[in-house]
Order: sequence, then C-alpha cells, then structure tokens
Amino acid sequence: MKKLLLATALTAAAGTAVHAESHDGPIKIGVILGYTGPIESLTPQMADSAELAMTEINEGGGLLDGRMLEPVRADSTCIDSSAATAAAERLVTSDGVAAIMGADCSGVTGAVLANVAVPNGIVMISPSATSPALSSADDNDLFFRTAPSDARQGEVLAQILKDRGIEDVAVTYTNNDYGKGLSDSFASSFEQNGGTVTLSAPHEDDKADYSAEIGALASAGGGALVVLGYADSGGKGMIRAALDSGAFDTFMMGDGMFAESLMSDLGSDMTGSFGAVPWSEGEGTAAFSKIAADAGINGESTFTRESYDAAALLALAMQAAGSTSSDAFKSKVMDVANAPGEKIMPGELAKAISILKDGGEIDYVGATNVELIGSGEAAGTYREYEIKDADYSTTGFR
Amino acid sequence: MDLLNALVALANFVLIPAAAYGAQLALGALGVTLIYGILRFSNFAHGDTMAFGAMATILVTWGFQSLGLHFGPLPTALLALPIGIAACALFVLGTDRAVYRFYRRQKTSPVVLVIVSMGVMFIMNGLVRFIIGPDDQSFADGERFIVNAREFKSWTGLEEGLALKTSQGITIVVALLTVAVLFWFLNRTRTGKSMRAFSDNEDLALLSGINPERVVAITWIIVAALATIAGTLYGLDKSFKPFTYFQLLLPIFAAAIVGGLGSPIGAIAGGFVIAFSEVMITYAYKKVLGYALPGGWEPDGLVQLLSTDYKFAVSFVILIVVLLFRPTGLFKGKSV
Repeated sequence: MKKLLLATALTAAAGTAVHAESHDGPIKIGVILGYTGPIESLTPQMADSAELAMTEINEGGGLLDGRMLEPVRADSTCIDSSAATAAAERLVTSDGVAAIMGADCSGVTGAVLANVAVPNGIVMISPSATSPALSSADDNDLFFRTAPSDARQGEVLAQILKDRGIEDVAVTYTNNDYGKGLSDSFASSFEQNGGTVTLSAPHEDDKADYSAEIGALASAGGGALVVLGYADSGGKGMIRAALDSGAFDTFMMGDGMFAESLMSDLGSDMTGSFGAVPWSEGEGTAAFSKIAADAGINGESTFTRESYDAAALLALAMQAAGSTSSDAFKSKVMDVANAPGEKIMPGELAKAISILKDGGEIDYVGATNVELIGSGEAAGTYREYEIKDADYSTTGFR
Repeated sequence: MDLLNALVALANFVLIPAAAYGAQLALGALGVTLIYGILRFSNFAHGDTMAFGAMATILVTWGFQSLGLHFGPLPTALLALPIGIAACALFVLGTDRAVYRFYRRQKTSPVVLVIVSMGVMFIMNGLVRFIIGPDDQSFADGERFIVNAREFKSWTGLEEGLALKTSQGITIVVALLTVAVLFWFLNRTRTGKSMRAFSDNEDLALLSGINPERVVAITWIIVAALATIAGTLYGLDKSFKPFTYFQLLLPIFAAAIVGGLGSPIGAIAGGFVIAFSEVMITYAYKKVLGYALPGGWEPDGLVQLLSTDYKFAVSFVILIVVLLFRPTGLFKGKSV
C-alpha cells in the first residue's frame, strides 16, 4: 500500500512537473457542460460560444507569448453529481486543464467545485449556475460565475416594490429549490427594506386547480401577489386563479415567469403587473451578436453570452497574472472583470491581451456587461418591465 | 355591510368553487358507483375514461371552432359533447368486448378485475397522451364570466368581489340535469329497472329473463356519458391535462366510498362532502372573520386549519373516518 501511495504521489508530482514545464504547449481549458440531460438543447451553443472566445484569442496570436488555447469538452449531465465529478476529475488529472469553464446547473457545479476544483486548486467560472447557495460555498476563491445569483434577483425584486411604494405583498413560489431559494432571498431583502410578506405559500406545478391556494393568499391580502414560478406551469395557474376570483389585480413576477405564452393567454388581464428578468443590452451585447453570427453560432440562445465571457475572463486573468497556475491567476479574475482600465468588448480580446502584456489595466465588459461582485459573481443586469397592451414594455434596467 | 362583505368573500372563495368542484366529483363518482354496483368491481380506469371522453370532445370542439361554429356565449364544447360521448362510449364498449368480457365469462373475482382495470388505465393513459399530447390544452371559448369580480365590486359598492365563471355555472346546471335524467332513467324506465335488478341480485335477474350483456352494455354507455360530461366540465372549469385526470381518481373514489359504493345518491352526496371539506378546511378565514366580527376582534393569524398542501389528505381522513364508523358509507352502499 505504501508503495502504491508513493508511486501515485511520484506520478502526480511528475505530471505536475511536466505541466509546469510545458511552457510552449497549448493551454487546455475544460468546457464542462450538460451535453446530455435536461438542458442539452442549450449547451451546444454555450460551448460554441466559449470556444469562440478561445478561437478569437488564438487567431489574435495566442496567450502568454504565443501559446494557444485548447478547449476540452466534458459532460456534466446537469443533474448527476457523481458523473459530473468524474468527468471534471478526468479533465484535471488526465487532460491537465489549467482552468474549467463550467459547470452549468447549480447542483453539479457545487459538486465539481467541492470535489474537484478545490482539492486540485483549479479555477472554475460557471456561466449559468444561479443558486444563492454557491455564493457562500467554501471555494478558496477559486469559483466565479458570470450569471447573477438568485439572491441578487431577490434584491432587485424587493427594490422594485420599494420604488413603487408597495409595502405588503403575498408571495407564492414553485415548490422546488429554485422557488424556495428565490422566495427566501426576496423575503429577506424585502423585509430589510421595511416591507411585510403577508403569506409565503408554495404551489405545486402541473395542478389543474389553484383556487384553494389563491383563497389563502387572498385572505392574507397584500398590495400585489409576487409569483416566483414557471410561466408554462403553476405560476400561470396561480395568476389565472387569482384573476378569475378577483383576489389580486397586480402581480410581480420573477425570471421564470417571463414568456410570450403568458402574454398571449393572460396578458390582456394583467395590465399594470410588473417584474424583472436577467437581460443583456448595450454595445457589448451587440458586438457579441455580430461576432457570433459571423462565426455561424447561435448567439441568441440562453447563456451563450455568459459562456463567452466566462472563457474570455479565464484567458485574460491568465495573461494578467502571466501564469497558467490557478493560484497565481485566481486573484486576477476580479481585476480584469472590473474597473479601472480600458473597456473591452467582445471581438477585442487580442487588444486586451496586448494591453495586459504591456502592463496596462482592462475592464472587461464582454457580452453581458460583466461586473463581478461579492465572492466573484456577476452583478447581473435585470430588465424591469411592466405589462401594457398584453405585451412586455421595458421600464428600466437594474 | 360588513356581514355582506363576509358572505361575498366566503361565497367567492369557498361556496362557489366547492359547489362546482363537488358537481364534477359527483358526476365522476356516479360513474364509479354504477360500475361497482352493476359490474361489481372498482374501475381504476375511470379517471382516464374521463380524460379520453374530454379529449374526444376537445378534438371535435377544435373542429367546430375551425369551421366557425360557435354556441353564442356558451362554450362550443357543449355542442361537441354528444359526439364526444359517442366516441367514448364506442371506446369503452370496445374495451369491454376486448378485455372485461373475457374475465366476466370466467367469473373471476373482483380483485382480478380491479387489477385488469389498472392495466386498462395505463393503456388509456398512454393513448390519450399519444393522441393529444401531455400538455395543457385550452378549448374554452364564449363568455368567461357570468359575474365578474371587478364589475361586481363597482356594481354593488362592496369591497369584496364575487366571480361566477360561466364554466362553474354550466357545471352546476349540467350536473343537475344529468343527475335528474339518470335518476329518472334508473327508477322509471324498464331498462333502468332491469339494471337495478341486476345490481341487487344477479342470479335472480338472470332467472327473470334479463339479458346480462345488454345490461352491461347500457351501463358502459351511461358510464361513458357521465365520464365524458364530468371530464369536459372539469376541463372547461380548470384545464385539460391528461395527468390531472389521473390525479382526480383519488378524490372520486373517496367520494364514491364515503357516499356508499353502489349508491347513486351516495355518490352525489360524497362528491359534495369531499369537495366542501377540501376547500373549507384549507381556506384561511382571516378576511371573512375580519368582516364578520365586531371591531377589535379581527384575528391576527390566517385562521387556516390546514395548509393547502394537505388538500388531498383531507379527503382521505374523511374516507378513513367514514369507513371506521360506517363501513357501507353514508348511504348504505355495498361494504367495501
């Protein structure tokens, strides 16, 4: 046994030595996303976008004096934590990746972080994990995300109510981790702002009848009903039941409730209701759409922008630190993402690298106006909307 | 004025929804109870028979809508109902021919038939999903409300609104009509009497020259009609999704057993008992009490006996209590 351990340790040491010495070879970056599983329709575009950023850097002359970036894909499955952990372990130990772009869903992201990234000391940036629990995960400063946490969404929603002068609301959320997490974060921010939640009641998705749930919420009362559910399922059922019984006229909706189908079915009765949804807009978003279209990639799909930004941030942080060692560049991720420095749009990665090489500073804007806050997660821009004439009309961005 | 507000709030959130739901459960339970009384087994496929009938009606409704055929302020589905019933009747008769008749000839025990009906249930389940898909389907048209909550408020000057949906009104009216026709049929016609005779004592009925196959066929046709009407009304009032009909099976059985399996009156009473207790026990009375009680007595809490999550549990508690104290149900049905 001792011998085996020794041998393993020696091999590992040798492996590390080899990686450390290979200054001229390509820098491998793991792209771990759920190519199979519940979001398999989104992940190919996400991976394409991440790889688009790497291609762009390679075409611009590479990183750290001409080294090329090489993506290595692995399947996170989105739901199976042990499969994701095994895949990530393979990326680190066998492929020798310098950093991980991923994972996608919150559950597997937490598993990969705790079981692979932290023990091996590898930086990972997730483009799409939104669970508030990841903000407080024990990550040795190795974990970042370009998607905003649902905790942030809770704050945004609470702020919208405050600005509208609504002081008491009833809350209903879909009975799963997403709904529960979001309603908790909303309730705590709302109460900090001096508001009162009269009743916070979960609803099950896919029920035919929500009149009993609405009856309880109506009794509790409130200036609006906050619906944190899914637009094609229970959330819509709750709104319909509330409208039918006249229990509530005004609704505030979380990001899961943003859907055209909701407007076509109920929009005409929902005038004056409002909500927020993560949104990207501006010069960076337009620039990304253009380069994605030029490369023949569907850049309008969900989380493609975040994926591009995650890959770009990894590369830029390495350049800023002048090293591919996670320990060295983990502290640089926040530096390149935030001000001060020259603003960098998608398509300008080569320019950013040359600025960094000359010792300058950059403020990476990217496709999603990246601004990392707290323990390294996107502040996120939310589009605040109000419903008018059975359609979403933008009232502002937060 | 305050007492009026309390009454309106109670009617809006408890009485009207519970009455409509009770009528739907009663129609479903009638079908279950007829099968139990005459064919002598618990038909687990009943929920999916409702789904099949509703599906047939919906498909015909869509046909009518695309032809521009409408029923004024009433939903077009009512026009499509007879065709839906015919389709559903043909389907259950076919099932009886293909499946149940074999076991009936073998004189198998009711337990075997129950398991067989579960098999039929899964097949119907799959068939409905295959034809119309597992998603929500909307087919309601016409006026949505008889009384609209907002209009009611401005109309009466009360603080509380009262909503009566067209579908709720139709549900109650159609259920009353259906039940009246069914009772007239069972009590006054020759065929109805022969069915009751067959239910009371099969051997004696056979001796007096009643054709069992005919009784069975007529039973299935009536059951198909009841299931289609109940399914369509439920779909109009709530929404059509195959899975919810499968879930409906539980309260329907609870209603039939509470009322007394095999007793039509019991099925209706059971339907309303289950519906009213589900809604009343999970309703939060804060608002109603706030209006009804004199100033200063308003409750701070929600005054909710059970959270709405326990809605389905309520029917089962009632079921257990009834079975403990009156095993034959409230209206002396057959003991289970």
